[in-house]
Amino acid sequence: MRALRFDGRPVAGNGPAEILPGRLVVVEGADGSGRSTQISLLKQRLEAGGWPVVDVGLRRSGLVGPEIERAKKGNVLGPTTRSLYYATDFADQLENRVLPALRAGFVVLADRYVYTLMARDVVRGASPEWLESLYGIALVPSAVFYLQVSPQALVERNFHRSPTLDYWESGMDLGLSRDWFGSFVRYQQRIEAEFLRMRERYEFAVIDGNRPVREIAQDLAARTLAVLGE
Amino acid sequence: MGHRDGVDVEIFSGKSMAVDRSAEALARGAFGEAAPRTAEDPLAWPDPRAVRGKLIAVEGIDGSGKSTQVYLLKRWLESTGHRVFFTEWNSSDLVREATRRGKRENLLTATTFCLIHATDFADRYERQILPLLRAGYVVLCDRYSYTAFARDVVRGVDPAWVRSLYSFAIRPDVTFYFQVPVDLALLRILARGERLKYHEAGMDLGLSTDVRESFRIFQSRIDAEYRKMAEEFGFLVVEATRSAHAQQAEVRAAIQKRLDLPSFRWNSPE
Repeated sequence: MRALRFDGRPVAGNGPAEILPGRLVVVEGADGSGRSTQISLLKQRLEAGGWPVVDVGLRRSGLVGPEIERAKKGNVLGPTTRSLYYATDFADQLENRVLPALRAGFVVLADRYVYTLMARDVVRGASPEWLESLYGIALVPSAVFYLQVSPQALVERNFHRSPTLDYWESGMDLGLSRDWFGSFVRYQQRIEAEFLRMRERYEFAVIDGNRPVREIAQDLAARTLAVLGE
Repeated sequence: MGHRDGVDVEIFSGKSMAVDRSAEALARGAFGEAAPRTAEDPLAWPDPRAVRGKLIAVEGIDGSGKSTQVYLLKRWLESTGHRVFFTEWNSSDLVREATRRGKRENLLTATTFCLIHATDFADRYERQILPLLRAGYVVLCDRYSYTAFARDVVRGVDPAWVRSLYSFAIRPDVTFYFQVPVDLALLRILARGERLKYHEAGMDLGLSTDVRESFRIFQSRIDAEYRKMAEEFGFLVVEATRSAHAQQAEVRAAIQKRLDLPSFRWNSPE
C-alpha cells in the first residue's frame, strides 16, 4: 500500500510529511468507457463493505464549476485559460473535499483526475513541463485505474447515449477533421495514446473495459479492496 | 508533476503552452523528446523577439500611485496619436465573477487565489495582450505576473511553482516599480476615502485583527518580495513619494528613451 503524498509541491499550508489515513482511488477513462457506471458500482460495493466513500470529479467545484460550464458553451476560452480554469477547479476540490476526506480516513473515489486534464492539454499542444509543474500540487493516488475501451466501442456507447457527439469529447476545436465522427475517433486515439504513455510514469493499472459491466466491476472491486488492505 | 523532487523552472523563458501540433510531435506525446519548436508553426506562441509591439507594466503595492501613473501614461500616448491598449489585473469578464464570488464567500485558499488570478491573466493575455502586441500596439498593464510572484508567495505559495505557472507570458519591455513606504500608501488609500479591502489588507492571512495593522504587515512583505525581484527582472524603480507630476515626467522620459515611439503612431494622419 502506498502512503499518500503530494507529488511535487504541496498546496500552500500543507506539509509534505502529513500523514493522510484515507485512500485516494482514481478511475480514468474516456467518455463512454463505462467509467461513471463503474464508479457508482464501486462506491456501492465499498459502502456495502463498510468503507466510507466520498466521490469527486472534474468541474464540480463551487468556485469555478459554473464558469467552466458556461464557457464551454461558447468558444470564448483560449487554451491556456481553459487549462487554468480546470486547474483552479481541481485545486479547489483538492483542498476543500479531497484533503479533508482523506484526513478523516475516507476512501476518495475520483471520477477522472489530473491525468485527463494533462492528456487533453498535451494533445492540444500544451507544454508537458508546464503541466507537470502546474499539477505538481496533486496528491499521488493510492491507485489509478485506466479503463481502456476500443475507439469503436466508445463511438457505439456514445451514440447509444445520445445521437450527437460532444464537441469537446470529439476534439472539434483541434480541427482534426471536418467530419465529426472522424474527429471523435482521431481525438480519442490521441488521448488514449497519451494515457498509455503516462501509464508507467504514473503507475496506472489498465483495466480492459471491453468486457461485460459486471466482470469489470468485480475486477475493479477486487483491485480496490487490495489497495485498501482487505 | 513527475515523481521527482524539485522542478527546474526556467523563469520567464517565454515557454510555450501551445507549441507543436504536427502529427509527429503528437505521436511523440507528452513525455518523449521535446518537440522542435519552429517559428513557422502557426500554432506556436510567437517568438517574443518577433513581437512588434511593446509591453509596459507597472507594479507597486496598493496605494503606491501606480494606477494614476499608468493612466497618465496612457493619456499621453493616446493624445499624441499612438496605438495603445491598457489592461489591468483581475479584470477579465469571463473570470471576474468567479473571483468575486470566491472572495465574497471566502472560498479561496492561497492556491486557488493564485490559480484564479492566473486564469484571469491568461484570458486577457490570450485574447488581448498578445494579439495586440503582435499587431504592434504599446500594451500597458496595471500589474503583471510580478504581482502574483509577490502576493502569492507572501500567501505561502511556492515561488518556483507560481513562476512556472506564468511562464507562458512574455517579459515586459519595461517594468516600473513604484516604491513607497507602506505608511504613506496607507494614508493615500484612506485619504481617498476608501475602505481597505479584505484581501488587499491580507486579512485572509490572519496577521492581525486590525485591518490597518494587517495591511501594514501584508504590504510590507509584498514590498520585500518586489525589492528582491527588482534586480532580477530589471525593474525601473520610481521614487513614488514625490508628486504625481514629477513621477510622470520621469515615466514619460523613460518610455521615450526606450521605445521608438514614432513607429507606434497611427499611420493615417490625425
